[in-house]
Amino acid sequence: MSDVTRATAAELGRMIGAGEVSAEEVTRAHLDRIAAVDGQVHAFLHVDAEGAIAAARAVDSARARGEKLGPLAGVPIAIKDVIATKGVPTTCASKILEGWRPPYDATIMERINAAGMVMLGKTNMDEFAMGSSTEYSAYGPTRNPWDLGRIPGGSGGGSAAAVAAYEAPLAIGTDTGGSIRQPGAVTGTVGSKPTYGGTSRYGLVAFSSSLDTPGPVTRTVLDAALLHEVIGGHDPRDSTSIPAPLPAIVEAARLGATGDLSGVRIGLVREFAGEGAEPGVAAAVREAIEALVKLGAEVVEVSCPHFEYALPAYYLIAPSEASSNLARFDAVRYGLRVGDDGQHSLEEVMSLTREAGFGPEVKRRIMLGTYALSSGYYEAYYGQAQKVRTLITNDFKAAFEQVDVLVSPTTPFVAFPFGSRTSDPYQMYLADLYTIPTNLYGGPAISVPAGLSEGLPVGLQIMAPTMADDRMYRVAAALETVIPPLTPPALSGSNS
Amino acid sequence: MTITAPPEFEQVVARYEPVIGLETHVELGTNTKMFCGCPTEFGAEPNTQVCPVCLGLPGSLPVANKAAIEATIRIGLALNCSIASWCRFARKNYFYPDMPKDYQISQYDEPLCVDGYLDVEVEGQTVRVGIERVHLEEDTGKTLHLGGATGRIHGATESLVDYNRAGIPLVEIVTKPVAGTGALAPEVARAYVTELRDIIRSLGVSDVRMEQGSLRCDVNTSLNRPGDDWGTRTETKNVNSLRSVERAVRSEMLRQASVLDAGGTITQETRHFQEDTGDTRSGRSKEEATDYRYFPDPDLVPLAPDPAWVEELKAAMPEPPRVHRERLREQWGISELDMQSVINAGAVELIEATVAAGASPDAARKWWLGELARRANETGAELAEVGATPAHVAELQRLVDEGKLTDKLARTVLEGVVAGEGSPAEVVAARGLEVVSDTGALTAAVDEAIAANPDVAQKVRDGKVAAAGALVGAVMKATRGQADAKTVRELILSRLGAV
Ligand SMILES: [Zn+2]
Repeated sequence: MSDVTRATAAELGRMIGAGEVSAEEVTRAHLDRIAAVDGQVHAFLHVDAEGAIAAARAVDSARARGEKLGPLAGVPIAIKDVIATKGVPTTCASKILEGWRPPYDATIMERINAAGMVMLGKTNMDEFAMGSSTEYSAYGPTRNPWDLGRIPGGSGGGSAAAVAAYEAPLAIGTDTGGSIRQPGAVTGTVGSKPTYGGTSRYGLVAFSSSLDTPGPVTRTVLDAALLHEVIGGHDPRDSTSIPAPLPAIVEAARLGATGDLSGVRIGLVREFAGEGAEPGVAAAVREAIEALVKLGAEVVEVSCPHFEYALPAYYLIAPSEASSNLARFDAVRYGLRVGDDGQHSLEEVMSLTREAGFGPEVKRRIMLGTYALSSGYYEAYYGQAQKVRTLITNDFKAAFEQVDVLVSPTTPFVAFPFGSRTSDPYQMYLADLYTIPTNLYGGPAISVPAGLSEGLPVGLQIMAPTMADDRMYRVAAALETVIPPLTPPALSGSNS
Repeated sequence: MTITAPPEFEQVVARYEPVIGLETHVELGTNTKMFCGCPTEFGAEPNTQVCPVCLGLPGSLPVANKAAIEATIRIGLALNCSIASWCRFARKNYFYPDMPKDYQISQYDEPLCVDGYLDVEVEGQTVRVGIERVHLEEDTGKTLHLGGATGRIHGATESLVDYNRAGIPLVEIVTKPVAGTGALAPEVARAYVTELRDIIRSLGVSDVRMEQGSLRCDVNTSLNRPGDDWGTRTETKNVNSLRSVERAVRSEMLRQASVLDAGGTITQETRHFQEDTGDTRSGRSKEEATDYRYFPDPDLVPLAPDPAWVEELKAAMPEPPRVHRERLREQWGISELDMQSVINAGAVELIEATVAAGASPDAARKWWLGELARRANETGAELAEVGATPAHVAELQRLVDEGKLTDKLARTVLEGVVAGEGSPAEVVAARGLEVVSDTGALTAAVDEAIAANPDVAQKVRDGKVAAAGALVGAVMKATRGQADAKTVRELILSRLGAV
């Protein structure tokens, strides 16, 4: 048997369905791989080997009983630790939630379980999904499989690294300002952020409710579409979930894989052109766009004049919502409790717990958001930011009247060395320069490998109109025919 | 500053103009909570009616309860409000252990219903109380602070929280300031809350029971000298009965007047009504007011009630209590003045139900406004809580009508009913209070009395009928008051040949 950890999820699903390999074998292979390499990568905060084997066996016996299996049944998956998993620790990489085991499953977990997929464990992230490097995890950073001295992106660095290092064929990430796409770009994987409201937030521990979107992290575009189809669609438990059927994303990915993009209009955002991207990143992206043109796409320049205000607007809206969302971590009902020794008042216990339980970036954003929402400042900050959000949405709408999709680099720079951007929060925030506008608009976007710059992966971002997720999958799959999935160098201590 | 003896109420209203305002919270009687599917029943074991949503567990999300939105719109319509075609929920942020998310989902500058009014009758006058807004929010849990001197969170050694109430839909109804009512201000406040309660009850959207907290009231009061701007207001909380609403306004007017008389100034603050003494005590000062950092709740899509739906609800509104009362007044054949005393006693529905249970309107009115009102007054209870139900009263009257009880006996039976001894029939049986109507036994008692009082008997035989009173007394004594005095008298006169 060839190494199943190298197979795509689509292949694994087919093989399991055909009985060529058992779900348990596939699961054990991935658990072995985790045991071999995660000491170096640190993609996982918690591995649920027992639960994974049990889930895999359930799929194998269902198959033995002759039950029809879904396309991803028996395929392992890693889950970002911000998603509530019943009975399995869910910490958001924060000390304040250490040891918390949710009594319920997120909607997307229910769907993943119902599809017969096998959860391997929970992946590392920046605390409460705030960051672009996983350096703000309270449990230590994840290392980029391409270079263990560099960051894997963030906040979903654990999910991206797990997939890049063949510890899991699939993972779930969440994207608030780029937390699926930027890690995808810097680890050479595929990171897909669905339309806001296209995947349920029920059970996603909120960072910024109006922006948070769960989505797939994979090695191929088809795998992303298959996983998106499992988790997507209306959820009555999420008021902001869109009550409409998902676009035909899997078909779109298959269509794109034919390598024909004739008739597809691709827009380049003029305002992104001169700004920020490293020369190597800009060059790789340029080549990828040329490749798309060769496949038949038409490329035009479009103007989105308000994108330059996206970053400041985001850093008012997201922290404002976060300051309220994170208030519930107060030591009363669950999680950490500090100072409950009979010497401190309840208010002191709350404040000591939050002082000890939250890391520096989380505190920074809570303070920022509390300030932006306070009376007398609300209009100048939160109110203005909402107006900018409307202008950015209008920019997107105008652009999509001219083109089918927009493309850009996913992030301005390749994976950077640890510690190189933690001293200046703004330098870290720049990592999301190109991804944030989409979150403010609510549309879908995907990052796909666009080659290497100085030996490190570069990502191309493809943005589409809301509820037109199919378009980005088609273009992304077409690019994949020219730039196939990237393989990182072998990790030491493993045979690959 | 010296505090002089509290001035008389009449002197206060001669010198000052009161302005009042009321904020009323009504717990809706929906089957499920505002943002989750948990049941809302009152009195369950602590923390048994909870789920990830109403416990605010990380990752959980609210979904608005359509029945609660409908109930709020109906309340708004009953209060002559405009219904917003688009509005939002907002988060009110503050830390408190009975709030699972440390913010309350409420409405802020975009309420569901705005700008209405409610007309109330006070001493023959109609006073229009403006309604500023009616909005929908979620209730908090309940906290019990142990070990401190005050029962408040400060100084407590232990706090217990019950989240059963957390997330129950709560409608907040805020009046505009009510000025110009002078000495009637306390009664206007009470009449408003009474009328509001009746309206909400008639809509069937809440049981509006103040003693269970499903109707809660905060009272704002200020005083100003005639011609001056409105004074600084205080907010009185913990006002838990209709009577307390009136008392709270009155006592706060008296307190503020004595402060102002002494040259002092009123502090804008929250005060707590003291049920036992009837006065208010200072609570948290508004000067250290929390900044609630309201912002639209991003977890909930905006509410946009379809105008056609609102029209449908409007068309299906029940008869307003005022109209209903007028219809009852005509049915009962009583004067407006008499009806007013029924209303003041809070007896409209009780009498209506008693009549429905078979009593005549006059008899029902007699019991509720007489014996039962007296008892309610003595104990300080609401009439509805006095211990007798309309069914009891109707049954009692039936026993009287059937001659099984005299009026006097009926009052004794009622005492038993009020004391919780059961229905009138049960009290009659248990206490052996039935009228002695067995003619044989009664005749024997009469004969005995005649034999024991030959002189009196002779006087009666001689035509001095008035002397029979002594014999009646003797018979009544012998039958321990359980005979009908009129029957006894007739029997005596007939035995003595005086008829
Ligand atoms: Zn609940």
